[in-house]
Parts: sequence; C-alpha cells; structure tokens
Amino acid sequence: MEGERRASQARSSGLPKGGADGESPGGGAPFAGSSGSSALLQSEVLDLDEDEDDLEVFSKDASLMDINSFSPMMPTSPLSMINQIKFEDEPDLKDLFITVDEPESHVTTIETFITYRIITKTSRGEFDSSEFEVRRRYQDFLWLKGKLEEAHPTLIIPPLPEKFIVKGMVERFNDDFIETRRKALHKFLNRIADHPTLTFNEDFKVFLTAQAWELSSHKKQGPGLLSRMGQTVRAVASSMRGVRNRPEEFMEMNNFIETFSQKINLVDKISQRIYKEEREYFDEMKEYGPIHVLWSASEEDLVDTLKSVASCIDQCCKATEKRMSGLSEALLPAVHEYVLYSEILMGVMKRRDQIQAELDSKVEALAYKKADTDLLTEEIGKLEDKVECANNALKADWERWKQNMQNDIKSAFTDMAEENIHYYEQCLATWESFLTSQTDLHLEEDSEDKP
Amino acid sequence: MTENNFLLKKIEISVSEAEKRTGRTAMNMQETYTAYLIETRSVEHADGQSVLTDALWRRYSEFELLRNYLLVYYPHVVVPPLPEKRAEFVWHKLSADNMDPDFVERRRIGLENFLLRVASHPVLCRDKIFYLFLTQEGNWKETVNETGFQLKADSRLKALNATFRVKNPDKRFTELKHYSDELQSVISHLLRVRARVADRLYGVYKVHGNYGRVFSEWSAIEKEMGDGLQSAGHHMDVYAASIDDILEDEEHYADQLKEYLFYAEALRAVCRKHELMQYDLEMAAQDLASKKQQCEELATGTVRTFSLKGMTTKLFGQETPEQREARIKVLEEQIKEGEQQLKSKNLEGREFVKNAWADIERFKEQKNRDLKEALISYAVMQISMCKKGIQVWTNAKECFSKM
Repeated sequence: MEGERRASQARSSGLPKGGADGESPGGGAPFAGSSGSSALLQSEVLDLDEDEDDLEVFSKDASLMDINSFSPMMPTSPLSMINQIKFEDEPDLKDLFITVDEPESHVTTIETFITYRIITKTSRGEFDSSEFEVRRRYQDFLWLKGKLEEAHPTLIIPPLPEKFIVKGMVERFNDDFIETRRKALHKFLNRIADHPTLTFNEDFKVFLTAQAWELSSHKKQGPGLLSRMGQTVRAVASSMRGVRNRPEEFMEMNNFIETFSQKINLVDKISQRIYKEEREYFDEMKEYGPIHVLWSASEEDLVDTLKSVASCIDQCCKATEKRMSGLSEALLPAVHEYVLYSEILMGVMKRRDQIQAELDSKVEALAYKKADTDLLTEEIGKLEDKVECANNALKADWERWKQNMQNDIKSAFTDMAEENIHYYEQCLATWESFLTSQTDLHLEEDSEDKP
Repeated sequence: MTENNFLLKKIEISVSEAEKRTGRTAMNMQETYTAYLIETRSVEHADGQSVLTDALWRRYSEFELLRNYLLVYYPHVVVPPLPEKRAEFVWHKLSADNMDPDFVERRRIGLENFLLRVASHPVLCRDKIFYLFLTQEGNWKETVNETGFQLKADSRLKALNATFRVKNPDKRFTELKHYSDELQSVISHLLRVRARVADRLYGVYKVHGNYGRVFSEWSAIEKEMGDGLQSAGHHMDVYAASIDDILEDEEHYADQLKEYLFYAEALRAVCRKHELMQYDLEMAAQDLASKKQQCEELATGTVRTFSLKGMTTKLFGQETPEQREARIKVLEEQIKEGEQQLKSKNLEGREFVKNAWADIERFKEQKNRDLKEALISYAVMQISMCKKGIQVWTNAKECFSKM
C-alpha cells in the first residue's frame, strides 16, 4: 500500500493563532466518523477556540478518503455536519474577497523573482482577522495547487497561468507577461474561493494569511519530493488499468473532455490569430490617415474634404485599438483559461482511473489468491469506499464545472460580439457625419454660386 | 465632313464586352489577348431612344495607339489616361495576371471611361482619327500610321528624354510641374498603403470564418450550448464571406485614384512640351542675336566675337571688301528669316500657352469634382461595410446569449 502518510504536524503550526501549537503529534481523539480502522492515521483536531469553527474535521489522508460535503456516503462528524448545514443555508453569500495586485521585483544574489500582493477580506469566523495582506511568488501558487490536488485528486482544481510562454518571450519579466499572469493568478484564487469544497481547504487559508516565514515552515511539512516523484511513476503505470474498467458515465465524460480539449485549443488559436491580424490592420491604418493630410497640402480646393477623411480614418483607428484591447482583456484570457482547464480535466480523469486501478489490482490479486485473502478483502473494502468517494466528488464537481464553463464561454463571446458592434457603430457614426458635412458644404457652395 | 459636327451629346459610347481571343503576332507566334466590344449609339432627340450605329472590337494596344496619336497632335491638351497596362498596387489576394477575369472587367470599365473622357473633351471629340476608331474596324491602324504621327512622336520622345535648361521658365508651368510630381507621389503612396490595409482587413475577416467550422464541431458535444454555438458559427461564416464584395467595391475606388495618378503624367507632358517650345524659342532668339552681332561687326570692322572667318583672316590676311559685302548680305538674309521664324515661334508659343492653360483650368475643375466624388463614394463604402458588420455581430450576439 502506498505510504501516503502525512506528517501529523502538517497544519497547526502554520496558523497565525497559536491555538493548536501545543498539539502533540498523533494525539487528539480522532472523531470516529471514519471507518475506524487502524489504517486511519492520527487525525488532526483543530482546537476549537471561541470564535473558530472547524474548517475540516478529518485529516487529509489522501490515500483513504476525500472530504466532500456532497457525498451522502461520507461519514460525518457532528461538527462537519454543522459546516455542511451552514454552507447549504447560504450558498450565494460571498464571504471571502481576494485581490492580487502590485507585482514587485525582488533581486537576490541567487535569483530575481516577482512577488504579488494578495489582499484577503473576510467575515468568516475561522479567520483570525477580517483583513490580510501577504506577498506571494509564483512558486507559492504552484505549491498551493499541488496541495489542493493532493487533497482532492478528483476535484477540478482551477488552472494556474503557465510557467513560461515559449513563443515570443523576449524578456522573462516584460510588463505584458506580468500583467497577464497577475490577472490569471487573481482568477485562480477567486475560483478556489468560490469552490464549495476548496474554499475551506486549510492550505488555502494558510496561503492567504501566513507571513513569509510561517509559510516556509508550513511548506516544509509534507511528503518529500522523492515520495511525490514515486507517486507519479506509479500513477502512470496504474492509470492504464483504471481505463479498462471505467464506468460508462466516465467514458462519456472522457470523450467530452477529449473533444472539448481539441476544440477549445482551436478556438484559442483562432482568437490569438484574430488579435494578431487586428493589430497588423491597426498598424497599417495608422499610416493611412496622415497621407490624406499630406495630400491636402497641395490641393487648395479639396483641403476640407481630405482633412475630414483623414480624421475619420484616425477615429476608426482608435476604435480598432479599443476593439483589440477588449479582445486581449476579456476573450483571450477566458478562452486560454479553458485551454488550461482541459489539461486539468485530463489529469483529473487520470487520477480517478488511478484510484480505480488500485482497487482493480487488489481485486485481481484476490482472484489469483496472491496474498492473504483476509487482509486483501479488508483493503478492497476500503478501496471501494475510496473509489466511490472519488467518483462522486468528480461527478458533482463536473456538473459544477460544466455550468461555469457554459456561463464563462457564453459571456466571453457575447462580450466580444458587443465589442464588435460597438466598433462598427463608432465607425459608422464617424463616416456618416463626414457625409453629412460634405453634402451640406455642397449645398452651401451651390447657393453661393447663384446670382 | 460630318465628323466636324460630332458631339458627345448626340451619341452614347460603351465598352460592353470583353472576349478572349487567340491570334498570331508579327513574328508568327501564337498569342492570347482580350478584345473589347465598343458600341456606339446615336440618341434620337425626338423620343430619346438610342439606335445602335456602330459596333466593333478593339484590343488594348489599339487604344494605346489612339492615345499616342492624340498626345502628338494635341500637345497642349491634358490627354485622358488609359487604365493601367499591368496590375499594380495589388494586395495579395488580387491577381496580377492580365487575363484574370476581375482584372479584365476593371479594364473594360477603364477603357469605357477613357472613351467617354475623350468624347466629352471640347477639342479631342472633334478628332477624325478618334471618330474612325469608333466606326472603322478594318484599316484603322493603317489610317493612323499614314498620318505620320510616329515621326513626330519619335522626335518628341527624344525631346522628353533630353535634359536642357530653360533660361526664363514660365512660373505657372513650373508650379504645375511641381504639382503634378506631388500628385503622383502622394497618390502612389496612398494606393500602396491602401493595398496593405486591404490585405490586413481581409485577414481579420477571414480568420473569423474558422470559428464557424470549430463551433459547429464543438456544438456536437454540447447539449444546452449546442444550438447557440452552431448558429453563431454560421454568422461567423457570413462575416468572413462579406469581405470579398467589400474589397471588390474598394478596388473601383482605387481605380478612380489611379486615373488621376496617370493624369499627373499627362499634366507633366504638357509642361514638358511648353519647356521644349520655350527652349526652342530661346535658342532661336540666341541664334538671331549672335547673327545680328556678327553682321554688325563685319559692317563696322570690329571684331568682338570669335569667328572662324575672323581667325583665318588674321592668319592668312584680310578679306576683300567684296567678300565682306557678300557675307553681310548672306547674314542679312538669315537675320530676316530668323526674325520671321522668331515672330511665328513667339506667336505659336503664346497660342500654346493660352490653349494649354484653358485646358488646364478645365482639367482642374474636373479633377476637383471627380476626386471629391471619389472620396465621398469611399465614405459611402465604409458606411455600407459598417452596417453589414453591425448586422452580423448583432445576430451573432443573439446566438451567443442564447447559449
């Protein structure tokens, strides 16, 4: 069995308030909600302070279970039920507000890196304060994502912006790149905050609130790099097995994911290309207007007309610029996020298959009587639970993700259409007023010529 | 002859068709060319109906021949230009091939325009060769060549290429030449940038067409979003397709500008002719002045100017009074002739300036009208393009919002 044991000191020392500091490793009465086998590791009990409600009651032992408030099969403790009820009563009330801004460059002897300021405002009781301000670097975000994936292997964790962009990267820290990244990081944290399960994740809380040194020491607790690497190798090997016994609904899900991934990548490419073409169009247009002004210098009778045409072209040019920036600020990041999501979905699928594969291999072993049948049967029982939890978690999150995707895509494209309408309306107004002025002038000239 | 009463008001000219033909060149090699049908109709005043009086086929080279003839025989006229020989200022999608149907169509319109311009010109419309161009299919080329204009043309060509300095240039013509240079330069620049803008615009529209295909494929896996995606995709296809007509219209606008680009050359030709005449005049005056001086010197016996005769006289001895008398007599004859010539040249020059300037004024007014009209038509095109855009995107937005 995989030794995915977490060091029990995991979370408590990372908290701003010293409430759980005195906790002895492995101590504390475990809430008996779990199946109570000896394989259940020492669960952490978060000290209940006056204002603090429990965020999580069970240890995040990823090898055994996934905490998911949707799962009816999930054994619950009284406290976790309180949490559940609280959540269901106020599903739409947002009580956690996060912003990511102020990128700052830091130079050390070893490296240069950027940190971002993260401001959290909350009314939640489990937070020690109502406002927090911390600085985090990209590495920290990567850490958080990793922790979330570990804790919730079959939940759809939001994507992080890419580490680097291969094409066209002149300087690692150019302004556009930093701004794009900042916006994506902002989105990332907010998506987590909006997620019914992830929002209560302990590492997430630490990420938002801990001071730099606190975060460092908190990070050091956790399975080492080697064990994580070992995980990956085993994962690849076992996931193939999980595919064979994949239930029908997950087959469908997988098919969707494959096609979706293809299409969203194409949409991303097309959108980027449109931006590029619009930019080149804009560059040429910038030169077009001024030529008419130049021409007007040698045509005394056409000065007005030519200068007006030049001004119209310049105004259309500005409208193009606005359209372009609308594209780069709204549509492109939205589509790109879903490109990254499609990769994440494939990963989630793999992990689900992996969990199933574990079960399947034990079942196989039992069939061939390879080892102690009693022990195997016991393990299989636990694994069956695990698979069921994982599947249910994914199913629920899948529906939620699809709904969000639909809304996001719809809104992104509707906005793009709106931008285009606005662009054409502006240009139309410009040229129509030119036309009016020219025909008015014509009428004036005619009346002047009359005796 | 009746062609002297030839006025455009009585006839309608159109270049109505273009046809691909094969024939043999002078070197007996096979060639393909396009022939254009020129139809002439006389307008009956009584009932306003037109009757077809003539119809014949001409190729581009014959139009060129006509124009070259007009250039030689009417040097004081700003002769209307022909549509371009080869496609220039093309943006990438547009073909540079002379046999391309779009190019042929635009050329047909350009040739018609040329004929209409000539027919509406107060001076050119009366020309016999022009009349025959419209009415006499066979032998027309021979008729033109018989006028011997080629000879005149050759010397004119040489003159155009020669560099010379005019001592007292006419300020107005210098300004006109300067203007025509500027006009040519600015319109070329404009056409070049316009072609690049057209290229880019084409790109923007066409890439949107890709959405159509992808949305359609994507809609297959979506239950709720499917319909919206599919129909939005259709509108993206419509959008992408709309650019073809838009740019075709713009090509006509470009042709209008091109006409004035070539008109600039015609203007320059008139200036050049004037320069030539002026130079000729100055040379003649100079020659006359020197002869008069020689004469005077011979009469008074003072040598101020160098002459070979004077030199040889110095070397080999004085000439006899009889010889001198003879020489004076010759010079006096020459002077008399020279004065006549100068007088007629001056007259010619003033006539030329008067006529040229009248035509230039006419041209200026025509140019102002035409260019203003062209710019307005450009605005109309832009308005139409914007309206189409609003329509398509409004439809698309509705589809997106239903997803």
